[in-house]
Amino acid sequence: MAAPALVLFGFFAIIPLFGVVALSFVDWDGLGPITWAGLDNWKAAASDPVSRNALWLTVKLTFLCVLFQAPVSLLLGVFLAGRQRYRALLATLFFLPLLFSSAAVAITFTALLDPNFGAGSALDAAWLSQNWLGDPELALYVVVFVIGWCFIPFHTLIYQAGTRQIPKELYEAARMDGAGPVAQFFRITLPMLKYTIVTSTTLMTVGSLTYFDLIFVLTGGGPGNATRVLPLDMYLTGFRSYDMGKASVLALVLVVVGLAVSLGLNRITGASRMDSRSEG
Amino acid sequence: MAKNTTTDSRPNILGAVGAWIWLAIIILPIYYIFVTSLRPQADYYSENPLSWPANATLDAYVRVLENDFLLFFFNSVIVTAVAVAVSLAASLMAAYVVVRSRSWFGRNVFRVALLGIAIPIQAAIIPVYYLIVQLGLYDTLAALILPSIAFAIPLTLLILTNFLRELPESLFESMRMDGASEWKILLRLVLPLSRPALATVGVYQALQVWNGFLFPLVLTQSASTRVIPLSLWSFQGQFGIDVPAVLAAVVLSVLPMLAAYIIARRQLVSGLTAGFGK
Repeated sequence: MAAPALVLFGFFAIIPLFGVVALSFVDWDGLGPITWAGLDNWKAAASDPVSRNALWLTVKLTFLCVLFQAPVSLLLGVFLAGRQRYRALLATLFFLPLLFSSAAVAITFTALLDPNFGAGSALDAAWLSQNWLGDPELALYVVVFVIGWCFIPFHTLIYQAGTRQIPKELYEAARMDGAGPVAQFFRITLPMLKYTIVTSTTLMTVGSLTYFDLIFVLTGGGPGNATRVLPLDMYLTGFRSYDMGKASVLALVLVVVGLAVSLGLNRITGASRMDSRSEG
Repeated sequence: MAKNTTTDSRPNILGAVGAWIWLAIIILPIYYIFVTSLRPQADYYSENPLSWPANATLDAYVRVLENDFLLFFFNSVIVTAVAVAVSLAASLMAAYVVVRSRSWFGRNVFRVALLGIAIPIQAAIIPVYYLIVQLGLYDTLAALILPSIAFAIPLTLLILTNFLRELPESLFESMRMDGASEWKILLRLVLPLSRPALATVGVYQALQVWNGFLFPLVLTQSASTRVIPLSLWSFQGQFGIDVPAVLAAVVLSVLPMLAAYIIARRQLVSGLTAGFGK
């Protein structure tokens, strides 16, 4: 009975995971014969300034994404956890970006950020009329913002659910002790959301590492290589430059970095879980 | 138990201001998509981009529909429906095995699946492409369906397994006493009881497959196998300066998901937050 799931999952997910290791040691253009290449792809990837830059951009993008998304979704989630009617309405509307495909979002923002016909000209604000996607200094920050637009709603949901599980009695007790809303937030809400914060941050980090579709449609990696992050570099190397071997190396780097980050963050959770136990 | 009266009744002004600002950030692009899709192409360059179009028209939608949009839409429907149906069926069967069997095998199937959640599609895409080419499926809808099923299985299996574990043991036992086969138990007992869990994870997976971009980009090529997200991208290249048409295509692409959200909001929300503790 488990066979169909095992066969499908094994064939298209487990085999490719080993396949990508094998392909990193061969030369293949995607169509022609496959020939043994030894460590050539690894050497080529390690010495390629574009790929190195892609790795650095990925780290930077991930850092900026977490920096932007984590506080905003934490605050929005905590706020939406309140039971007021209009907050429920807000929560319904906040969900909307999750319904759009990355391609749709990227296309929308390309038009909206157009320096001549976009929002800048509507609001007559000079600073909004910058060449957002054409300026290598700005493009990465625009990408961070647009990714935030897509994913903050999701993390807000997680924080909303997490906050609703905090026992009301804790707040009651704090109020009796004379703690104001700010003190309550820092002494109760924030510590109680510890696991939620770790879960959400892990998902944000791993998500940012593998982010492809949106950047591909929004900037295609440009201007120049200003937003050519690792997944994009992998795609362009494999399916545009027809160097599948080197692209497989990049794919493996992605997997390893992703796993390392998840395990690292999980270890932090494990450690803090023990802390909270010993504190009683 | 008057728990509700203890909820914070003081207004949180700072939070409210932040929330309304974020609402503006969320709504502005969506509003922009909508008004622009109604704007005549000629007015796009002259009117204020955020104003209501003076000569609102559905012409942009007509241009999109004349360019095979319905074919792409139909392709997306087939891929999503088949991928979700098969992944639900396969995962439910596997979840039943995991929950019922006491064997080493049953437990480890589950562990491998948990690992699978961590595999990013990007990392597997080159070998998947190789396999699809070798199978002679390149540029077919099956090329999109098969890997989509495979990558939907881990999370689906996880959610269904957790759900089945909650069902009381006695239900299975009494059916078994009556001499029912495993298949009969699956069809008559497990399937009807799992309906809420299937709906939750099904709506979530449908959203994932419907909006998926990388598989279509790498595994298909011709217009006859194009699905919606890829069609948006190619419209952007094809229509270029006809922004109202491109955004009309965006509106059409999101309508089914919007309908799903309106009908099954609770399932979609809980599906999205499912895999992560409680």
